Amino acid sequence: MSDHKTMTLTLIVWRQKNANDSGKFETYTAKDITEHHSFLEMLDVVNEDLINAGKEPIVFDHDCREGICGMCSQVVNGMPHGGQERTTLCQLHMRKFKDGDTIYIEPWRARAFPIVKDLVVDRSALDTIIQAGGYTSCHTGGVPDANTIMIPKPIAEEATDAAECIGCGACVAGCPNSAAMLFTGAKVSQLALLPQGRPEAAQRVTNMLQAMKDCGFGNCTNHYECQAACPKGIDVKFIARMNREYLKALFA
Amino acid sequence: MILDGKCPTGPIEKTWDKHRFDLKLVNPANKRKYNIIVVGTGLAGGAAATSLGELGYNVQAFCYQDSPRRAHSIAAQRGINAAKNYPSDGDSILRLMYDTIKGGDFRAREADVWRLAQVSNNIIDQCVAQGVPFGRDYAGYLDNRSFGGAQVSRTFYSRGETGQQLLLGAYSALSRQIKLGSVKMYNRREMLDLVVVDGVARGITCRNLITGEIESYAADAVCLCTGGYVNVFYLSTNAKGCSVTATWKAAKKGAFFANPCYTQIHPTCIPQAGEYQSKLTLMSESLRNDGRIWVPKKKEDVNKRPEQIPEEDRDYYLERKYPSFGNLAPRDISSRSAKEQCDEGRGVGPGGRGVYLDYAESIQRLSEKIICERYGHLFEMYERITDDNAYKTPMRIYPAPHYSMGGLWVDYNLMSNIPGLFVLGEANFSVHGANRLGASALMQGLSDGYFVIPYTIGGYLATVKPSGTKTDHAEFKKSAEEVNATNKKLLSINGKRTVTEFHRDLGKIMWNNVGMARSKESLTEAIQQIPKLREEFWKNVKVTGTGAELNQQLENAGRVADFLEFGELMARDSLHREESCGGHFRVEHQLPDGEAKRNDADFSYVGAWEFKGLDKEPELHKEPLKFETIHLAVRSYK
Amino acid sequence: MQILTSSVGRKILMAITGQLMVLFVVVHLLGNSSIYIGADGINAYAKHLHDLGPLVWVFRLAMLSLLSVHVLFGIQLTLENSAASPQAYAVKNYRKATFASDNMIWTGLLILVFLVYHLMQFTARVTPDIVQGVDTAGRYDVFTMVLTSFQKGGIAFIYVAAMVVLFLHLSHGIQSFFQTVGWNNDKTLPVITKLAKVVAVVFLVGYSSIPVFILTGILSK
Repeated sequence: MSDHKTMTLTLIVWRQKNANDSGKFETYTAKDITEHHSFLEMLDVVNEDLINAGKEPIVFDHDCREGICGMCSQVVNGMPHGGQERTTLCQLHMRKFKDGDTIYIEPWRARAFPIVKDLVVDRSALDTIIQAGGYTSCHTGGVPDANTIMIPKPIAEEATDAAECIGCGACVAGCPNSAAMLFTGAKVSQLALLPQGRPEAAQRVTNMLQAMKDCGFGNCTNHYECQAACPKGIDVKFIARMNREYLKALFA
Repeated sequence: MILDGKCPTGPIEKTWDKHRFDLKLVNPANKRKYNIIVVGTGLAGGAAATSLGELGYNVQAFCYQDSPRRAHSIAAQRGINAAKNYPSDGDSILRLMYDTIKGGDFRAREADVWRLAQVSNNIIDQCVAQGVPFGRDYAGYLDNRSFGGAQVSRTFYSRGETGQQLLLGAYSALSRQIKLGSVKMYNRREMLDLVVVDGVARGITCRNLITGEIESYAADAVCLCTGGYVNVFYLSTNAKGCSVTATWKAAKKGAFFANPCYTQIHPTCIPQAGEYQSKLTLMSESLRNDGRIWVPKKKEDVNKRPEQIPEEDRDYYLERKYPSFGNLAPRDISSRSAKEQCDEGRGVGPGGRGVYLDYAESIQRLSEKIICERYGHLFEMYERITDDNAYKTPMRIYPAPHYSMGGLWVDYNLMSNIPGLFVLGEANFSVHGANRLGASALMQGLSDGYFVIPYTIGGYLATVKPSGTKTDHAEFKKSAEEVNATNKKLLSINGKRTVTEFHRDLGKIMWNNVGMARSKESLTEAIQQIPKLREEFWKNVKVTGTGAELNQQLENAGRVADFLEFGELMARDSLHREESCGGHFRVEHQLPDGEAKRNDADFSYVGAWEFKGLDKEPELHKEPLKFETIHLAVRSYK
Repeated sequence: MQILTSSVGRKILMAITGQLMVLFVVVHLLGNSSIYIGADGINAYAKHLHDLGPLVWVFRLAMLSLLSVHVLFGIQLTLENSAASPQAYAVKNYRKATFASDNMIWTGLLILVFLVYHLMQFTARVTPDIVQGVDTAGRYDVFTMVLTSFQKGGIAFIYVAAMVVLFLHLSHGIQSFFQTVGWNNDKTLPVITKLAKVVAVVFLVGYSSIPVFILTGILSK
C-alpha cells in the first residue's frame, strides 16, 4: 500500500497539429506524480496544468482505461505501451518509473497509420484488413444449435489465445517493418482453427494478406518484436499458422 | 399521460411469436429505399447495423471511437446468460425470465423480459456460428457456469473477456456488411443532436471529431445504441468516452427518459487510490464465488495489516446477514452492505473506502493452482493496479457505478415516443427493471440488435413511405446551427476551471447524494447544487483550442454539459420514487433489517420524464406495470 | 501468379531459395574439408566436379536462379519495408530483434559482394593472387592455389570476415525459414532458434578454419 512519495518527471512528447504538420518534440514536466497514477492519469495531470496555463493539452487516444478497448497507442521510451509485459499503456502504472526519469512519448509510427494529431493516429487500415475477410459469412438467424458444432477444448483454447487481440496496433508500431502480420495472423488463425471458419479459410487468408499489403503495411522479417509489443501477449506462432494457411491456399 | 408499452397480450409464451406474425413486413425490393441510422457500435449497435444491413436496408452506422470494435461492451468480463439448459439443472426460458424480473425487483415489463429470455438461446447459436470462442468442456461442448447469484448454470463465457469476444463477433459481422456496402461506417463521429421533422425522427447532427465539422445525416429511422450514463458519477467503470449526450439530446427533442434513478453500483471494483483517479476498474463478480468478504469488527483494527487481524475479529458480514446466498448476494445488496460497513468506520485502505475480499480459505481448500486457473488474470490485473499480491494478502474492493438500468422510454417495439426513434441496449430502459443481473447486459444488447430490431423496425417502416428527407431541410440546418452555437459558446467562455474539475465536482454531488443510499435531504441537496454548478460551468469553464480540429477538451465539455443537466433529472426521479427497489435505495424506505422496501401499491410503474426546458420541472408520465405471469413478491436473498 | 506478388508468397520463395542455398553451403563445406586430406583430397574432389561436364553448368544456372530470386525479392521486400515505416522513432528499444535480424539486407548484400569476389578468385581465377598449375597426378592444383592465396593475410581476413557475415545472416535466416513456411509453433521456435545458431556456428568455424589454419601455417604443403 501507498506511502506518499511523489515523483517529478521530464516528458519529451511528440506534438503535431495535424496530418500535414511536420511535428516536433516538446518538453514538459510532470509534477506530483505518485506510484499509483496510471500512465494516462499522469498525462491527465500534465494536461490539466497545460490547460490552466492556457496551452493546448496533449491529445492522445484512450477510452476504457482498463486494457481492453485498444484505443491507447503511445510509444514510451521506444516501446509500444511502455514495454511492461502484457500491459496496455492505460494499465501501466507510474511505479515502474523513478523520480527524475526522462520519458520519450511518441505516436505509433507507420505509413499505414497516418498521424491525426499529437499522439493520435488513424488505424482504419486494421479495419480494412478485417473487412477483407476476418469473419465467417453467416447470416443473423438460421444457424444451427450451438452444441451441434463440437470443438475440442485445446483447439477452443488456442483459438481464444488468438482472439485476444484488441486491435491496438502495437504489433505494427513495434515492428521495424511496420508489418501487421501478428494482427492479421491472429484473426486468420482464430477462424482457421475453428470448424466454423474452415469453409472460407483459403479465401480469407489470401484476401486479408492482400488487404494488408494494399494498406501499405510492411512485410514480416521474423524479428518477433510484435509479440514483445503485444499487450495481450499474442504468440508469433499465429503468424506461422497464417503462413501455413497461405501455403495451403496456394494449392487449394 | 399514461404510456402504453404496446405489449402483446395473451399467454406469455406466445407473445413474441404472435407479435412477430402481427408485424407488417417490408417488401424485400423496397428495403433498400429505407435509410436507417445506427448510433453506437457496441453489442446492440453493432448487431443492429449488421442485421439491418443484411436485410437490405441502407444503414449508416456511427461511433465516436476510431473503430467500431472498441465500444465499452468489450469490457464485460464474465459472461452471457441463455436459457439453453445444457446442464439440465432446471433452467428454462420461464426461469430466466423469472430470475430477471425478480432480480430487477419487479420494475420491468413481463413481455419484454420473456422475449429476452426466449431469444437468449438464438444469441449463443449466432455467436458460435460467427466464431466466438466460448469456453468448452473436454468433450468439446459449450461449458456453463453459475454466475451473479443464479441458482442454475446458464452463463456462457470466454475466459474473463466474454464481452470482448462477443463484440468482436458482432464487429466482424459488421465488417462483412461494410465490405458489402450495405452498411456505411462513420468512425470518430459524435452524435450531438437528434433531428425531428414534424414529430418524426429523421436524422442526426454529428461532429466529425477529426475535422471538427458539424455534419448532418438523414434517414427514415434512427436507432440509438449509445450505452449508459453512469459517468454522471465521474468515477465509474465505464469508458471515458461514455456519456448521456446522445440520449439526452433525444430527450431534449421530446423523447421520454425513463427511470433514470436506476443505476447499478457494482460491488467488486478496485477502490479509488487518490483524487487524480480517472476511472474505476471492475473485477469480475465471479471473484465472489471463491472469495470471502469481510471487514474488521473493531474500528481500531482498520489500519492493521489484514494478516494481523485474527479470525474472531473479522466480520464476514454478507455470510452473516444472508446465510443462503452469502458472498454471492445480488449486486445492489452487496454494494450497499459494503458502503454501510465503511460508513460505520470499518472500511479499509485509503480513505476507509474498501472491504477485504479474501482468498486464503479457498487457496487452502482448493490450492493456489486452482485459484490461479480460475482468477489468474484478475489477480494479475489487481496486482498491476495496486501492486498487491492477492494470493498473499486479501484484495480490497469497493462498489463503483457500473451500469444504468434507466434509459430512454421505449415500447415493446423498442421505439420511443418519437416515431422513428428506436433505442437499443443499455440506452433504453426496458428489461432490467431496477437492477440488472450479472451476464444479462450482453444478452440484452445482442438480443435487441440481432433478434428484436430487425423485426420491429420493419413493422414501423412498413407503415411509412420512404421519406426522402434530405439534410438541406430547415430542421437539419437549425440543428447544426444550434450545435455550432453551443460549441462556440463553450470555446469562448475561457474561464478558470477545467472541464474535468467540473465533472469531478458533479461526480461528488451525485455519488454523495444520488448514490447507493439516497434520502429526501440528499436528493433535495443535489437538486439545489447541480443547477448552481451548471451555472458556474457556463461562466467559468476553460476549453482551449478551436472547434475546427480534434479537440478532446471540447468533446468532454459537451458531454459534461449534458451530464450537468441530466444529473438533475436523475435526482428528481430518485426523489419522486418514494420506495426502495433494486439499484434505487431510499433510506426512508427500508425494512427493519436494512433491506429495500418496495412500494408496489404506489410505484409499480415506469416513470418516464418529459423534458420541458431547463428552468421548468420535467413532466412525469407513467406506464403501469402488470405482473400476470410472475407474481409480485418481496425479493429475499436470505 | 499471386505467390510472386503477395507479401507472404514472396517471403516463402525467399525462405525456400535461402534454405536450398543453405544446403549448398553444407555441401560446399563438406567439399572444402577435403583440403584437410591434403592436395590429393581437394584436387581429386575438384576433378570429380569438373568431370561432371554440362551438369556443372546446369547446377550453376540453378544456383544462379535461386540466388537471383532470393536477392531480388530480398531487395524488393526491404524497400517495401522501409517505405512502410518512413519515419523513425526518436528512441527505439528493441526487445526481440537482434543485430542479425535487423541487418539481413546488409549482411545479404555483403555476402553477394563476397560471392562475386570468391567466384572471380577461385572459379574464374582472374584475381592477381591466383597461382595456377597442375599437381603430380596432372590434375588442376586447387590445393596450391588456395594455399598461396590464403597465406596472404588480407585475403584470409576477407574470408573470415565474410564467414562472420554469413554467420549473422544464417543465424537469423535458418530459423526464419521455418517460421515463414509455417513449420513452427511456440514450442518449436526456441529449439529451432537455438539449432539454427548452432548450424550457423558450425559454418563459421568450418569455413573459417581453412584460411586461419593456412595463415597460421598449421595447414601447409
